[in-house]
Amino acid sequence: MGGSLNLNWEIAIASLPTLLSGIKWTILITVVGLFFGFFIGAAMGLARTTKNKLVFGIATVYVETIRGTPILVQALYLYFGVNQVLQQMFALQINSLTAAIIAIAINSGAYISEIVRGAIQSIDKGQVEAGRSLGLSSLKTFYYIVWPQAFKRMIPPLGNQFIISLKDTSLFAVIAVGELLRQGQLVVATTFAAFEIYTFVSLIYLMLTLSISFVLRRIERRLDVS
Amino acid sequence: MIVQVFDLHKKFGHLEVLKGINCQVAEGEVLCVIGPSGSGKSTFLRCLNLLESITSGKVIIDGVDLTDPKTDINKVRRQVGMVFQQFNLFPHMTVLRNITLAPMTELKLSKEEATEKALRLLSKVGLRDKADVYPHTLSGGQMQRVAIARALAMNPKVMLFDEPTSALDPELVGEVLTVMKELAQEGMTMIVVTHEMGFAREVADRVIFMDGGVIVEENTPAEIFSNPKHERTRSFLSKIL
Ligand SMILES: Nc1ncnc2c1ncn2[C@@H]1O[C@H](COP(=O)(O)OP(=O)(O)O)[C@@H](O)[C@H]1O
Ligand SMILES: [Mg+2]
Repeated sequence: MGGSLNLNWEIAIASLPTLLSGIKWTILITVVGLFFGFFIGAAMGLARTTKNKLVFGIATVYVETIRGTPILVQALYLYFGVNQVLQQMFALQINSLTAAIIAIAINSGAYISEIVRGAIQSIDKGQVEAGRSLGLSSLKTFYYIVWPQAFKRMIPPLGNQFIISLKDTSLFAVIAVGELLRQGQLVVATTFAAFEIYTFVSLIYLMLTLSISFVLRRIERRLDVS
Repeated sequence: MIVQVFDLHKKFGHLEVLKGINCQVAEGEVLCVIGPSGSGKSTFLRCLNLLESITSGKVIIDGVDLTDPKTDINKVRRQVGMVFQQFNLFPHMTVLRNITLAPMTELKLSKEEATEKALRLLSKVGLRDKADVYPHTLSGGQMQRVAIARALAMNPKVMLFDEPTSALDPELVGEVLTVMKELAQEGMTMIVVTHEMGFAREVADRVIFMDGGVIVEENTPAEIFSNPKHERTRSFLSKIL
């Protein structure tokens, strides 16, 4: 039999402000990273629908490389690996926050490109033919007809990617970005209240992801109406 | 002759689907194209607005050679309306927007002009009250009539119809054929791929029977239906009539 249970929730509650200060970095990295990730993803996703072999090839190498390696390795590679090269060649460094944002952008970009490609390719060919037969150029057909329909189909998987990327930011604790998990680890290191603190950390992540799911469902419902 | 087709060949890879089509359509004429499935009717139609590239031969629409690389394809397409079997309305746009889109972006009509024109066309196809709804709320017959109005909004010189009633429930076929008949009576040049032999008999000036990528027989509807010259035409008609 073990000893008596001795949990100290007061310490955990006292550490809440510290944890909450981590949230803003978590959100900042997620939102800014995904913002750029969306543009990377849209460009790469489009590239994956073209017949141009070179453009298609470049995008495919990017997508397969990023999806085929762990995001933790990507973050370490950027922050320690790339930084080492930058240091030696140009005597400059990316800070950990920037590295984290770039890692999310590049990583989510690869997944988003597949979301974009899938959504575009799911639009019926007849839509393009109808647009072209009316005399619209392929660009205008894409802009007025394909993209709006494809974008609507991207929203649920993009929301899902939002949740995944938000959770992925916890990995950046290893490169000492002061995001939520890192703050938790620091508090645990001084208080030893691992169970209490990690319970709180988990609950905060859960709160964040549930909020995203909630907002997402409302958006989807509204889109269904029109 | 508003449509002239000379020795049109179309290959998909090694598969030759059109094997030398020659065909002329005069202004105001209604040409019906009949033939078994897979005979190349859709491909033929789609070559007339370059939805399919032309492998060899010539297609001239209103004096413009489609195979000339200098030809502005988008401009040609504006003058050739197309109505598809599956309607292909834009589901994210209202009926009105479906019709005003291309006139606004391509013909540079103002929103007011395009709207006025669209409403006029909707009245013509009997759907004036559906302007503000989305396509998914319409029946198939209504969708196809909107699709016809959408094509007409570009003031096409020729209208192509690819089995416009084949995807419709039988009770909805009539309303679409009625609209097409009116269009024919107003003098629209039309090329219609159809299995509606009644329509062909009544409305067509000429019928061509296609099989295996060639035009097997071409004649007035009265002749081709009552007195088919070729064995293949006879056996096709006996199956379908
Ligand atoms: N994009 C394509 N690629 C390859 N083969 C095609 C394509 N489109 C049509 N075909 C083939 O061409 C032939 C004629 O097709 P189609 O013109 O659709 O005939 P129809 O409209 O008379 O039924 C068919 O054998 C069909 O399989
Ligand atoms: Mg067909």
